[in-house]
Formats: sequence, structure tokens, C-alpha cells
Amino acid sequence: MNNDVLPLPRFEAVSAATPAAGGGLLTRRALLKGAVAIGAGSVLSAHAADAHLAGALPWQQAPGRPFSGYGQPSIFAKATERSIVQLYGPSAPGNGASFTPLHLLRGTITPAGLHFERHHHGVAEIDPARHQLVIHGLVARPLKFTIERLMRYPMVSRMLFIECSGNSFRNTLPEAPQVTCGEIHGLISCSEWTGVPLSMLLDETGVAAAANWIVAEGADAATMARSMPLAKALDDAMIALWQNGEPLRPEQGYPMRLVLPGFEGNMGIKWLRRIKLTTGPMHARDETSHYTDLLPDGKALQFTFPMGVKSVITQPSPGWGLQGPGYYDISGLAWSGADRIDQVEVSADGGRTWAVAALQEPVLSRSFTRFRLPWRWDGAPAVLMSRAQDRRGEVQPARDEWVRRYGATQRYHYNAVQAWQVGTDGKLRNVYA
Amino acid sequence: MSTRRRRVLVIALAALLAPAANAGPDLGRPLSDAEIAVIDIDIAPDGDGLPKGKGTVADGIDIYMEKCAACHGARGEGATAPALAGGLGSLDTKAPVKTVGSFWPHATTLFDYIRRAMPYDRPMTLTNDETYALTAYVLWLNDIVGRKEVLNAQSLPKVRMPNRDGFVNGWDAESK
Repeated sequence: MNNDVLPLPRFEAVSAATPAAGGGLLTRRALLKGAVAIGAGSVLSAHAADAHLAGALPWQQAPGRPFSGYGQPSIFAKATERSIVQLYGPSAPGNGASFTPLHLLRGTITPAGLHFERHHHGVAEIDPARHQLVIHGLVARPLKFTIERLMRYPMVSRMLFIECSGNSFRNTLPEAPQVTCGEIHGLISCSEWTGVPLSMLLDETGVAAAANWIVAEGADAATMARSMPLAKALDDAMIALWQNGEPLRPEQGYPMRLVLPGFEGNMGIKWLRRIKLTTGPMHARDETSHYTDLLPDGKALQFTFPMGVKSVITQPSPGWGLQGPGYYDISGLAWSGADRIDQVEVSADGGRTWAVAALQEPVLSRSFTRFRLPWRWDGAPAVLMSRAQDRRGEVQPARDEWVRRYGATQRYHYNAVQAWQVGTDGKLRNVYA
Repeated sequence: MSTRRRRVLVIALAALLAPAANAGPDLGRPLSDAEIAVIDIDIAPDGDGLPKGKGTVADGIDIYMEKCAACHGARGEGATAPALAGGLGSLDTKAPVKTVGSFWPHATTLFDYIRRAMPYDRPMTLTNDETYALTAYVLWLNDIVGRKEVLNAQSLPKVRMPNRDGFVNGWDAESK
């Protein structure tokens, strides 16, 4: 079997590229030059008689399996799975989280089956025929909507991330945990959500002048409830019924959930059954004892809804190692709960020098933005970092800056710069830098 | 004007009078007060939403031991589930302990949460009296109410939690 019948991309142009910063970072244009070189390597040289038989592989010489009602990943890609944490063990098996394996995914869409989960009382299996959405409280006309009726409404689609307020909590611990990138940062996922703008339904119920907040509530075993400003409900909140083109998964709130672009994930009430318009917040458990930000002086910030600007290098990362010195495409994700990503910088020398990464279009507000930068690793120890800035000019903080603000025990809203230390063995370690 | 031309005019006028682009098809059906009564379970800090009924610490002990103690500990010290008592004065230290007594700003939240989500293995099965009694017991574990206290819709909102003033509204601060 000749290697030259399977031509590999060549990146001669990259090796000659100008450095963009220290530690082997190359300019963004190096990627384009590399792409041109791919065609140049495609030369077939096998001319021997019946050479095609020598080149045939088993899956070419027998019929493949037939059709399936719902496609499954390759048996060779089975390891692409969520990592599960049960917070209270077997006594409450449905209280915990599963983490999206960010280090094993590319692009910006999270497959529905790999979307992170945070459940407080397990996954509700709701019969849509016995479920409806009601809107009441400070409205002119309290209304109820069956799923069938809601499905007839004009719908909008948006690419949006949902991030748990506790995402990356492991990096708030005193010692940097040695787990995969996904196990640290994977309480975030990005989907195309399709549904009915909540403002449209509130137009129909009418909104009383005294209304300032809403309470949204799910029909799960936690009967999860959260308060949120009416302004958000009228601005861009969505009653989502579809995720990445298919009906919501039960883990994402089937038959419907609230999606609040950029706000902490816990507020996007799954299995949504009720919306009540009120004068003020109800101070539910999950906006007092949980999902509040305890500061070093003992006071707690409440109702800190938008998720901060943040980024992480997903490849390479712990869980996605290097195979020896040479060319790599550094790739990662950036997002902001407030706006579009404006710029992502990458460092390969622990933050001494930075280069601006290329952003994959389209760059959408409150969605995943994929960034990348070519890198030639010389085999020496290195520290990779990324730092995002959104269109408002907010810049992702350094870790010590974040800890100064929040202290050592706050676990929510962690968005500091992540540093990955590259060892000479090509493995990556989580380090606080 | 021909019928046909008149029809065209009517359609054109209808288009002019059509609601804004955001207007929906109005497919919701009226929701009655009776329907709201069985589904609106929110309790506000001022007591709005609290039902009739009552409970005392003594009423709560047996229910707590049967339905709560296995996970939260007999004295609310925590076991597989979080502690419900203790931690007073710890919030500004390096090891804050956030419990009902040390952290929760409103007693009404306790009633609301117990009734909607507890006990973990059989949520939404407690009566209002049982919920008042468990609320009383957990507050008693934290020395917030006395053993003889009767909790009901009038007395519960008056219970002052130790960390009542410990929260800063980040949304209002941001919006100002």
C-alpha cells in the first residue's frame, strides 16, 4: 500500500510564514497559503495492473448496512460523550450535570445529544397532550396555549449559546483540576433554537402598567421557578420548541423551554408551563440560596443575569493532545452574553506576547464564535492562552483579577482567561496563570 | 365601482389596518381564575400567595424525621443533601457556609421551595399544613422561631431572616 495514493495536505507555505507572536504563533494568512498547497500534493502514482484491489478496504468490498430511522454516531466515535457529575450521589441521581465534550467537537453547533445538562430534579418525560403554557398575573387577558396551538405561531430561529452560571466552576477551586477541557468548560453549548417570541404572546395577553418582572416555571419535579425582568421578556426571549431543527430533547425541556439570549442558563426554564407577570421578583430558591454571587465582604450579588465575555482553546487542550513538534491549528470558542465577539487574541508564551486570531464567520451576537490561529510547535514547553473581547469593549479578565473581585469561594460567573501548559510529551495541563 | 374593484379596495384597506409584524394569530384560550388557582404556587416575600393552613415546630418534627432527615441530617446538619442549619456569621470568612439560617433572605422562600420541590423523592405531595410545619421546624433548627411559634399566612412573612439585608440587586444596579 503506497502512501502516495492517499495524498495528505502539505503546509510548506505555513513553515515559511511570518511569526505573529512568540512561541511559534503564525499569522492568520498562513492558513490560506496552506490551503493552496493542498492541491499540489494530489498526485496518483499507482499504475500497476489491478492495483485498485490492493487499495480496497473492507467497507468497500461488502454492502454497507441499510437505513435507520434516527442516525447514530460512528462506532469509532463513541467516545464523543458527555461527562456526568451527580452532585448528591445515588440519593438524588437526577441532580447534577453533564458536560459537553468541547475538546472533541469543532464548528459552532452542539449536537442536541451532546448539549450540556443541568437538572435539579431529573429529566421530566412530558406528554405534550397533557401540557400547556399559561400566562397570567398582571395581564389584561390570562391565556393558555396548547402545544398544537403554539406550533401554528410564526416562529423565529436564532443561533444562541446557553451557558450554566456555574460553568468553569472547577477553575474557581484552589488547585487547577487536571480534567479535560470539556469537564472544566463544558456547561455551555450552542444550538439553533426555533420558537415563538415571548413578546408576541405578551402582546396577546396585554401587559398591565404595573408589571415589571415575570416569573417563569417548569413542570419538572423541581417545578423550577426563576424571576426575570419584563424588559428581557419583551426584548428577545423565545419560547423554543425546536433545537437544531428537531423537537427539543427531553433533557432540554421538551415540549418547550424558555431561551433568554446571553442570560445564565438556569433562567432558561425547561419544561416551561407557566409565566406570571409581577411587580417584582419572587425570590425563588434558585435566585437567593443558589445562583447568587457571594462576595468577600459577605454580601451577595443577586440577579446578575448576563454571562460575561469568555473564550477557551478547545484544540489542543487537556483531552486533545499533540502528536509531536510541527504544525497545528489552534482552535477555540469565544462568546459573550452581551454582544458579538469583536476580537480574540492567542498567546503561546503564557501571555507575554499575543496575536490576533481569525474568526470564523458568521460572528453572531450571543452565539459561539470559532477562532483559530496556525502554530508551529517546536517541542519545547509552552503555555497557550486565549483572551476575548466583545463589541462593547469588555475584555476577558485574567484569573487573579477575577479572584480579586469574587474571592476564593464564589463559584458562579467564572470567565477568566484559561491557560493550558504544553508539556514536552505533547500533553496539556490546566494551569492557573 | 365593480364588485371586483371594491373587493380589491377592501383587501388593500385590510392590509393597511393589519396589526404590526410582531402581532400573533391570537390562538390562546382564556384562562379562568379556577385554573390559575391550581397552578399558581408562587409565594412572594410579602406573603402574597401563601395559602390557608398552619403548622408548628412540634407538628414538623415527625414529618421531618420521616421525609427529610435521611438526606439533610436529623438536626439539619447536612448528609447527602446540603445542610439546612448552621453557618451563621461565616459569610465573610474564607469558608462561608450557606444555609437557610445563615444565607436565605426570606422565610417565604423556604415555604415556596419545600412545597414545590421537596421531599426529593416525592415532590409536590406535601399538604399546606405539612409545609408550614416543616418550614417552622427548619427555622427552629436555626433558632429563628421558637418552639411554640405557629406559622401561617400572616406570621410567616413577618419572620425576619438573619441575612435579610445581605443581598444586593445586581440587575437594578446595572440598569441605573
